[in-house]
Amino acid sequence: MRSFLVAPQPVKVARLLLATGLILVNLTGFAAEEPVLNLYSARHYATDEALYANFTRATGIKINRVDADDAGILARLKAEGSASPADVILLVDAARLWKGEVEDLFAPVQSPALLKAVPEHLRAKQRPEGTRWFGLSTRARVIVYDKQKFKPEEVDSYEKLADPKFAGRLCIRSGTHPYNLSLFGAMLEHLGAPATETWLKGLVANLARQPKGGDTDQIKGVASGECGVALSNSYYLARLYRSDNPQDKAVVERIGVMFPNQNSWGTHVNIAGGAVARHAKHPQNAVAFLNYLVSEQAQTYFADGNNEWPVIKGLSINNPALKAMGGASFKSEKLAASVVGMNQVKAQQMLDRVGLR
Amino acid sequence: MPLFNVLRGFTVWMLLTPVLMVLGAWLQWDSTSAAVWQGLLETVLPEYTLTSLLLCALVALGVVSMGSVSAAAVSLFDFPGRQTLSWLLLLPLAMPAYVVAYAYTDFLQYSGFLQNWLRLHTGWQGALWPDIRSTWGAALVLSLSLYPYVYLLCRSALLDRAPQLMEAARLLGASLPRRIFQVALPLARPAIAAGLALAMMETLADFGVSSYFGVPTFSTGIYKAWLVMDNRVAAAQLSSFLLLLVASVLWMEYRAQARLRFVTRRGAARTNESQALRLHGWRACLAFALCVLPVLLGFVFPLLIMGHALWVGSQQQAMPWAAFAGWFWNSLRLGGMTAVLAVGLALVLAHGVRARPTWWRRFSTQLAGMGYAVPGAVIVVGLLLPLAWIQQRWPDSGAGYWLTATLLGLLWAYLVRFMAVALQSIQSGYSRISMSADESARMLGSPARDVFWRVHWPLLRPSAATALLLVWVDVMKELPATLVLRPFNTDTLAVMAYQLARDERLGEAALPSLALVLAGLLPVLLMARAQKKTPQA
Repeated sequence: MRSFLVAPQPVKVARLLLATGLILVNLTGFAAEEPVLNLYSARHYATDEALYANFTRATGIKINRVDADDAGILARLKAEGSASPADVILLVDAARLWKGEVEDLFAPVQSPALLKAVPEHLRAKQRPEGTRWFGLSTRARVIVYDKQKFKPEEVDSYEKLADPKFAGRLCIRSGTHPYNLSLFGAMLEHLGAPATETWLKGLVANLARQPKGGDTDQIKGVASGECGVALSNSYYLARLYRSDNPQDKAVVERIGVMFPNQNSWGTHVNIAGGAVARHAKHPQNAVAFLNYLVSEQAQTYFADGNNEWPVIKGLSINNPALKAMGGASFKSEKLAASVVGMNQVKAQQMLDRVGLR
Repeated sequence: MPLFNVLRGFTVWMLLTPVLMVLGAWLQWDSTSAAVWQGLLETVLPEYTLTSLLLCALVALGVVSMGSVSAAAVSLFDFPGRQTLSWLLLLPLAMPAYVVAYAYTDFLQYSGFLQNWLRLHTGWQGALWPDIRSTWGAALVLSLSLYPYVYLLCRSALLDRAPQLMEAARLLGASLPRRIFQVALPLARPAIAAGLALAMMETLADFGVSSYFGVPTFSTGIYKAWLVMDNRVAAAQLSSFLLLLVASVLWMEYRAQARLRFVTRRGAARTNESQALRLHGWRACLAFALCVLPVLLGFVFPLLIMGHALWVGSQQQAMPWAAFAGWFWNSLRLGGMTAVLAVGLALVLAHGVRARPTWWRRFSTQLAGMGYAVPGAVIVVGLLLPLAWIQQRWPDSGAGYWLTATLLGLLWAYLVRFMAVALQSIQSGYSRISMSADESARMLGSPARDVFWRVHWPLLRPSAATALLLVWVDVMKELPATLVLRPFNTDTLAVMAYQLARDERLGEAALPSLALVLAGLLPVLLMARAQKKTPQA
């Protein structure tokens, strides 16, 4: 409800700026830049195709694309140096976005529209020369539990997962996976090192099986009774909610979803974001593209098409799954990406010590 | 031939550079790396070592038993279905190990179809069998997709020479077990060793299966050190241990080859006088069963499971059929280009060793194959490191552009990774050509070049075809290098299968996976046909 009263304003402003920006750019020096945009993307979602096609239709700018994983993209950018053809970089992990910033792979961007659209804790630090990356969507790390065995209040915080009552019940994917590592990096910040290590030891002691598979496997593990509680990315969960497959429906029937830590620091969210490459050959197209990605149309795609939470405020989401999970307006953690990023190595070493694979 | 010397030198340099770059990280030792290294040593390193060794041992057992038994069955004996089985046994080559892993997990896991169904209909509770996602499961999956290496090389070795010798032994009164163990097995040993070496290197380099199964191997450790801890030095040190393991595998293989050297007079081999021993009754059934089992487990079952996933998936949403032709074509094209390059260069290297087997040539040729055991992602970084340096040193060279915006870098990485496959095959072909053939040709006045074209090449053609096929299929299945180094808008089947599986959409991943199998079948069938044409050889 609140959205109707407050939020449309910035969105409209953003769109207006985008539109005028594009027109201005078209009238002035933009003609010198050929209508091409070279994109390195760690996003790998079918709905993105439509997103790119819409941009090309609206602007006439053709998108060339390489999809790879975050680490591969950063390594490639670093090696290509000033000869890199990349204009825009899309990554799906806050720690990696921070790393790209630290290693000077991203160009600072001056764009009032982007600053206005993206909340401060979902973008790089704003400096006089500009901002180096912008969050475009978020996903929450939620707890999935077996409704037949546990009550919501037993799983309302990440800390509780280490409770001995879950012995032999906990399922997670590999601790090394960026989704988990980011969560653990955040926990390190909230709890401090000794308490985090104790917590991780508790997780290991509670494991129903060695970490394996992806998030969907953990959810299905809960539904089949092999696990009692699991950690999952909201985005995979939402997909099961929207599936017509009877097996998936049965899974959704059996599980409960908890957005943990509502009474403390909030549910951990990870950021998918974009940046302009340091040596972009089409910088104006690149900024136009980022602006497009925070437009109402693109943000709706993220929300309704790909089950992510948009970064702009006041968008009316028409995604039954996101609503059904009960996360329409949850309290999310507001840690800076740099904090999570800096804690990664420490978290991984802790995992090695406690024996979490 | 100075031109060839230059080419040989260049090839070895090109293949070794990325590997050496990895090792070069030892030189940047500092206190941070010391701390990381210390941490690894105290925590996970012993586990990585033991798991990798156990996995290797199990896979070795698996590929040698499946590969050599089936090869012996189809080449030494005759039984109903033998002709068909002899090429069906090649099919798992077309199946990427990670696809087999997805398929079996989907079907066999606790929350999978089979266990759910059984629990529903029998009232049984809990886990009905151990999880496939374990070291044992990984060994099974890897054995099923790697045994064709042993099969292929072992069979061609046996077909070359065994029938006549087996027949001679039979006429001299040797019993069947004695003929198998004292005639056929020693004949096949170098080939088995060569196939085993390939399978071992693949196992050590594997990341797809072990990471999906959560098996802590060296490769997963290297990834962790590199990508998570961002510590090149620690990763390089782990990689060097891996290389040490590989070097010992190669050395053992080299010893096996050196001790046993058999040559064939092709003329004699082509007579049809000696016939494979015809089997009847339960013996024929046993032979049939032994050959059909690897095909069922390594190809048919995974194919059916993925087919089912595809069918379920296509009920729910439209499949991207249109984009599909492009992926298919890219995969075939990259595979073909690399295969031709790799076989050409392998011939140059192997011929160099043949013409003048100095220790340096033999050594450098062995080294050229090292890249096979290095995980693809490590090769990528080994390639990108010097690139970054060159680009920084000479910003106007555009080096950073040429390597990734064109196919150059990708082909380079493929060659580093898969040269060993071509080399193994060509060298094992060479080992079957008698030195006396070369000597006679030279004494009859042929220049060195003619010896190659008129003596070696006709005899090497089947080996070259095998090499071509193996590299082709391997490249199509390759993932980490393709993912990171490919130019714009060049999606391949493997990349799409991975992206969709990474997004946990098995139903949609099934389409490119199955197509990958299909594309892989093309060269496999071509090769099966080529083999049929070579008369009963």
